[in-house]
Amino acid sequence: MNSYAYITLIPLLPLITFVLLGLFGGKYLKASSGVLGTLSILITTLLSWYTAWQYFFISGKTGGAYQQIIALKYTWLQFSPNISIDMGILLDPISVMMIAVVSFVSLMVHLFSLGYMKGEERFATYYAFLSLFTFSMLGLVLAANIFQIYIFWELVGVSSFLLIGFYFEKPSAVAASKKAFIITRFADLGFLIGILILAFYSGTLDFGVLINRLTSLQSPEYVSISSASFMGASMLTWGLVLVFIGGAGKSAMFPLHVWLPDAMEGPTPVSALIHAATMVVAGVFLVARLFPVFSFNSSALQVVTFTGVFSALLAAIIACTQTDIKRVLAFSTMSQIGFMMFALGVSGYGGEKGLGYMASMFHLFTHAFFKSLLFLCAGAVIHVIHSNDMKDMGGLRKIMPLTHMSFLIACLAISGIPPFSGFFSKEEILLAAYRSSKMVYAVAVMTSALTAFYMFRLYYSIFWSKEARTDALPHGEGTGSMKITLVILAVCSLFGGFVPISSWVTSDGFPLKTQIDFGFSIWPVLLAVTGIALATYLYKTENKKPQQIASSLGGFYKLAYQKFYIDEIYLFITRKIIFNLIGRPAAWIDKHIIDGFMNLLATITEKISWIIRGIQSGKVQNYALYFFGGIIGLAALFIYLTHNAS
Amino acid sequence: MNTSAIIFYVISAIILGAGILAVTTRRIFRAAVFLLFSLVGVAGLYFWMEVEFIAAVQVIIYAGGIVVLIIFSIFLTQKSGDKMPKPLKTRTVFSAFSVLFGFGFTYNLIRHHEFIPDSTQSFEVRVSDIGTQMLSTTKSGYVLPFEVVSILLLSAMIGCIVIAMKSKPAGLSVEKGIRQPEAKIKENA
Amino acid sequence: MQDINLSHILFVSTALFFIGMFGLFTRRNMITMLMSVELILNSVNINFIAFNKYLYPDKLDGVFFAIFIITIAAAEAAVAIAIIINLYRSHHSIDVEDASEMKY
Repeated sequence: MNSYAYITLIPLLPLITFVLLGLFGGKYLKASSGVLGTLSILITTLLSWYTAWQYFFISGKTGGAYQQIIALKYTWLQFSPNISIDMGILLDPISVMMIAVVSFVSLMVHLFSLGYMKGEERFATYYAFLSLFTFSMLGLVLAANIFQIYIFWELVGVSSFLLIGFYFEKPSAVAASKKAFIITRFADLGFLIGILILAFYSGTLDFGVLINRLTSLQSPEYVSISSASFMGASMLTWGLVLVFIGGAGKSAMFPLHVWLPDAMEGPTPVSALIHAATMVVAGVFLVARLFPVFSFNSSALQVVTFTGVFSALLAAIIACTQTDIKRVLAFSTMSQIGFMMFALGVSGYGGEKGLGYMASMFHLFTHAFFKSLLFLCAGAVIHVIHSNDMKDMGGLRKIMPLTHMSFLIACLAISGIPPFSGFFSKEEILLAAYRSSKMVYAVAVMTSALTAFYMFRLYYSIFWSKEARTDALPHGEGTGSMKITLVILAVCSLFGGFVPISSWVTSDGFPLKTQIDFGFSIWPVLLAVTGIALATYLYKTENKKPQQIASSLGGFYKLAYQKFYIDEIYLFITRKIIFNLIGRPAAWIDKHIIDGFMNLLATITEKISWIIRGIQSGKVQNYALYFFGGIIGLAALFIYLTHNAS
Repeated sequence: MNTSAIIFYVISAIILGAGILAVTTRRIFRAAVFLLFSLVGVAGLYFWMEVEFIAAVQVIIYAGGIVVLIIFSIFLTQKSGDKMPKPLKTRTVFSAFSVLFGFGFTYNLIRHHEFIPDSTQSFEVRVSDIGTQMLSTTKSGYVLPFEVVSILLLSAMIGCIVIAMKSKPAGLSVEKGIRQPEAKIKENA
Repeated sequence: MQDINLSHILFVSTALFFIGMFGLFTRRNMITMLMSVELILNSVNINFIAFNKYLYPDKLDGVFFAIFIITIAAAEAAVAIAIIINLYRSHHSIDVEDASEMKY
């Protein structure tokens, strides 16, 4: 039996790097901190790939299915004989796939940042934070215990906060990081309550045991959790929905999505790592991890599906109107994650029914590559133009050929054009949706068409539309480290679809045979091509047609441009309702009643001490008198007490 | 009522009367003299109790040493003919009450206690016995307290000299940097 | 001697003790306070000798205690006088009410 103990190094190396760079980077290691961080992630990536190779090719399979392997287990906090928080490492297909993806994308971002963040004052701090994030994310996906995943969940939130607010002199960045943290923290409240419900009824916090107990119809835990009900829904539904709320916050699903566009205030490589490929898929990962339990409760699955579908459509509509290139990409991320979510929602468990699960994980895999590539290209563009807005760009294909090619490849991938990677994963999702619910399929196809449209709108606005400003290139397209990253990711986006994820990552561990059904997949591809054509017509050269369409759509266009005013609604609720009705009275009580009581105690003490200060008169004879009086008193007390007692 | 009882009552009257006068008179010199009378009365009591050695020690040290010391200090510090200020009325009353209460309390305890003598031997205090026991190292020997008390006397002597010296000796100034003592000594010399 | 009981002598010594206490509480002059302290010490001496004579006539411990107390009282009176002289130099008065620097 292979020992997987070396896997502890995988999250541990980034942690050590974080501590080293955090403590010593600013003073001693400034120049080499980037190289140090990148080297450590390189080793982590190699270890993860070795683990993946070991697991998928050599020893993971038992009886034809990939097993859950507990590589490490250590009891940390024992609450009761049954419930304890054990820190451990759980290996199963999704976690192995995730460590491979997370460490690889992190490596790419580290490499890219060598060039992008050169000359930054807090270079070492940046790399320290990146290592902290990588450690948290790797810990999250390897967690064996639901509380452990919660701990790393919060760590990921903290790292995101630190990285979004990296340019802390900008008030907008500070506000954005605060917003992200508060919203995800609020969602984590739901997550915690969900954990408690699930742990209470199943009597354990360990993933394997919990899933076992809650997925067999005869087990006493399952019976108790599904028969207890609260306000009409069974506790199982409540627990799963609350856990999903936590996942929805992290994955920017409606209505907890408002932090994602603002999070673009952070440096662009950070957006590539966190808000495209890794952190935002944590919610999807969580649902996938608990998927056997979800599959037993159709109400929870419906919540997942509808949230996913609605978020996907909403984000796609908003993305068609935005002019900041990073925000377009942010909404595109939200939309793609919506795809992953509803793919899980329509899935069943086991064999052919588990197609949605496999498709979701496959899309997670390919999305990581092309979305991070899109963000890094955007970063390269912003590095040159020094502005985020589409209006300042145009015609850049002539001066940034490599970025142009990579961006084009990524756009084709995300639009689902064969043979790029996005086509394969999207096709599986659409197939799963078609088999489950025609309405979801219709909305999904429409959203794919919209995706193609707005991505190519973005592409043409950056690289075609106008003629380029000739003064825009003082320092070349980017450094070598930036370019090589783009090339590697472009290759992955191109060929990633051919990786046989379906034989590795499925809902029950058994490989799934999939094939391309041309009759089925031709329609989404045609719609995507139509979307691309429309975008070409409207945006390839600069003209007035988009303006005319926008003004003809009138109010609806304005609504979409303002992101459906959801931010304003939240602000209204917090300012007018929560602050005034709850915050202000609470502050008043705290200041006047609680503090007032303490002040009262202090004042009373002061007054009493002022009154009795006369005893310290400085006169020896007074002291002698008091002394003598005390002695007589004590003597009388003791003598008459013993006298009476005897 | 035999003679010794009468003598005892007379001596007690002298002791207590002189004591009361010593603590209440308003002229300080008279207080010192009344103290002297009281101490001599105590010596008389010792003679009556047939401990002549202690009586002699009492007269020598107390009457001949301490009272003289007190009189010298009176001379050093004030005009001894004037009347001293009266204490506060409240304080006098309060002290009198507390003292009377204390006295009653203690004497009550004493009166109700049965004092049982250990043996019925007659009480003989020979100076040679005192001497041998003072310097003996046996279980009831007092050579250690004797040595300790001699060290105490030595330190008391040195202490008195140090405390009552007129100016600070050179080099013992508390604040750093102030080096005037030498100048002061030169002044006073 | 038979008529005079131990408790008579203890009466005398207790009375002397409390006379000394009264003087300690009432007198304003430091030297008179010292005198009162001497009265107290003497009363204790009388106690020791009386107990030795009436209760333990075969031993001499009370006598020795009395000797040591006299010795120490002498030393203590000397040190007290020295302190009073020192205080007189700084305050120019030996009224105990004037030495109240330890007031609140």
